[in-house]
Amino acid sequence: MTGKILVNEEVVPNVHRLVVEAANIALRAQPGQFIMIIPDSEGERVPFTLSDWDAEAGTITIFYQEAGVSTMKLTAMKPGESVHVVVGPLGRPTKIEKHGTVLVGGGCYGLGAIYPLAKAFKEAGNKVIAMLEARTTYIVYNEEKLREVTDEIIVVTADGSRGVRGHIKEGMKFLEARKEKIDHAHFVGCTFMMMLSAEATKPYGIPTIVSLNTLMVDGTGMCGVCRVLVDGETKFACVDGPDFDGHLVDWDMVFARKRAYEGEEDLAYQFYRCRRDGAISEAAKTQEAV
Amino acid sequence: MAIPRSKMPEQDPHARALNFEEVPLGLTPEQAMEEAKRCLDCRKQPCVSGCPVGVQIPEFIKLVGEGKFVEAARLIKETNVLPAVTGRVCPQENQCEGECTLFKRYGGVSIGALERFVADYERNNNLVEIPPKPKQTGKKVAVIGSGPSGLTVAGDLILEGHKVRIFEALHEAGGVLVYGIPEFRLPKEIVRAEVDYLAQQGVDIRLNEVVGMSVSMDELLEEYDAVYIGVGAGLPTFMRIEGEELNGVFSANEYLTRSNLMKGYLFPEYDSPLPPGKHTCVVGGGNVAMDAARTAKRLGAEVTIVYRRAKEQLPARGEEVHHAEEEGIIFQLLTNPVRIIGENGKVVGMECIRMELGEPDASGRRRPIPIEGSNFELDCDQVVISIGAGANPLLVKTMPDLKLNRWGYIEVNKNNQTSVDKVWAGGDIVTGAATVIEAMGAGRIAAKSIQAYLTGQPQPSTEEEQEEID
Repeated sequence: MTGKILVNEEVVPNVHRLVVEAANIALRAQPGQFIMIIPDSEGERVPFTLSDWDAEAGTITIFYQEAGVSTMKLTAMKPGESVHVVVGPLGRPTKIEKHGTVLVGGGCYGLGAIYPLAKAFKEAGNKVIAMLEARTTYIVYNEEKLREVTDEIIVVTADGSRGVRGHIKEGMKFLEARKEKIDHAHFVGCTFMMMLSAEATKPYGIPTIVSLNTLMVDGTGMCGVCRVLVDGETKFACVDGPDFDGHLVDWDMVFARKRAYEGEEDLAYQFYRCRRDGAISEAAKTQEAV
Repeated sequence: MAIPRSKMPEQDPHARALNFEEVPLGLTPEQAMEEAKRCLDCRKQPCVSGCPVGVQIPEFIKLVGEGKFVEAARLIKETNVLPAVTGRVCPQENQCEGECTLFKRYGGVSIGALERFVADYERNNNLVEIPPKPKQTGKKVAVIGSGPSGLTVAGDLILEGHKVRIFEALHEAGGVLVYGIPEFRLPKEIVRAEVDYLAQQGVDIRLNEVVGMSVSMDELLEEYDAVYIGVGAGLPTFMRIEGEELNGVFSANEYLTRSNLMKGYLFPEYDSPLPPGKHTCVVGGGNVAMDAARTAKRLGAEVTIVYRRAKEQLPARGEEVHHAEEEGIIFQLLTNPVRIIGENGKVVGMECIRMELGEPDASGRRRPIPIEGSNFELDCDQVVISIGAGANPLLVKTMPDLKLNRWGYIEVNKNNQTSVDKVWAGGDIVTGAATVIEAMGAGRIAAKSIQAYLTGQPQPSTEEEQEEID
């Protein structure tokens, strides 16, 4: 049944792997596309980048972090239960071409989400280097899977506990030191990581794509909440993206728009916690309504 | 005239500006029968010619007068599959009621109110009957989009014995009826009942299917004998002025979808937020602008509508404007936004300029011209842009052979056939933003043409007429 959860596990602290049945999506998914999930009947429509799919088994995989009510609801769900809605695939697929050497960089959920990109770039005949950015060594995940589809994995940790110390920027210096020529780069992760990564490739003149993860409502081009400025032009991340030229994105605007509902997100979180913990009873709600 | 036009009871403006319950409360049976007596039963039936789907108006009103409410409802349903909806949202003063012989001197017969009454009567008393299943033809029809035009096509063709499947991109069926029109104007329970009525007749409704993404047009053309595109005009238009990227600026689509489809007005009971504004400015003067303004009011904001022409040119239904005024919404007419002012990424105001009306433009309406130096600032923390919607390219861009006009809308002939074999289209994706009943009218034309095509009959509109279009 579409939406039935098969796996929902925390792979490293606060990164969860979710596998759900969605035969139709699994059949059509292409690298770079996303899906939307509504966790339950009161839930929001939340976009997630597809991290893997299995057309034969009819399943799709996403990685997510618990960051608000919707993802809290997801982490509370168990295998056998179903999400209310799963729809997709949405968004334009990533342009996969033979560039030569391709760097795919991921941070947080991106360590999962770069897998289909790495695989597709590899299949297109590229030399693929995956750069995994993490704060520290024990939150690096998906390495085994990525190893199958890449020529090299470079781990970059902020605390230097493993691999290169620093961020993608330092990773780029590492590649420069050994005279590795990168022809194309693609980054997936939190907005801050993507921005810094795009800045890091700019001095080398490496064409750089980022997969933006803006707020969305319908995900089909109808509401315009996902609008971003790219090279001075308004684009909708859901139908014109989510991939954009990382050197042309107006990052300030991406950050500002992501914060649009900060206050409400906080309120929703408090409300959800209170209700979950029984602090708001049905009776109290009725009273309030009166 | 002995009998004055009946006035439908309404919620008190002060009370209703704080809730999302329906505003007009409906006629009583006595009021309905009294109102029905006003119909002169004119031979020419001007009301019928004013109706985009040709509802048999005098006949159903006669039945109402006789107290045969259910019979009246069923008679309407022969030509209009959504009477409880159109009775509420049609601009009757420009259609049936506007054509009524009594209109000018006495006020037309309250056809909309009567239509609504009989449909509600039938539904509320559980008297809705599912028509007997017709002989099956074995033909399959795909309908893309479950808005008013798609529902009409589905409703018409299921009665002809074809297999009908609707593909809806969102997680609820009804299109603009569920994401666009607010609860206080069209309770969602009514839309659900109408959709359910079709489902019970055998229409298969597939939610969360984005044709062009989750299923391709080519696949549909392979599997189905006919395909109808009724995807609406779902692309938000912005003004291209400074400050539109600020937080607090919404397209009307976003604002209304958050409220209606995602139930943002019930936040945090529902997770999708729709924060109440302190002062919300709605730019535009159509029905959608009125819906957004009245929604903002109910969420607790002070609300101003900013419209660049004069009151007479407001494109919204008279009743919507009236309701908005009653609820305390301020109208800044002959006013146009120049830029939206922000602080820390959030809206804090909007600079506007006063306008005056000049010579008539291509649309026949007097062109608004900015008055130099009349700029002023409105303090506001939300701006809802409601200046119309464009054609959503999501589906049509996957069909290279589909002829579009220069605005990106689909070109069709008089039978609503597109340039692609076996494909029809109708509603806003053909005409641009229009009314619910106009979309239903287009659906009706397409359904007749599809029926003729599937049964090998000549097309309803003649070839000569069609050539004019080609």
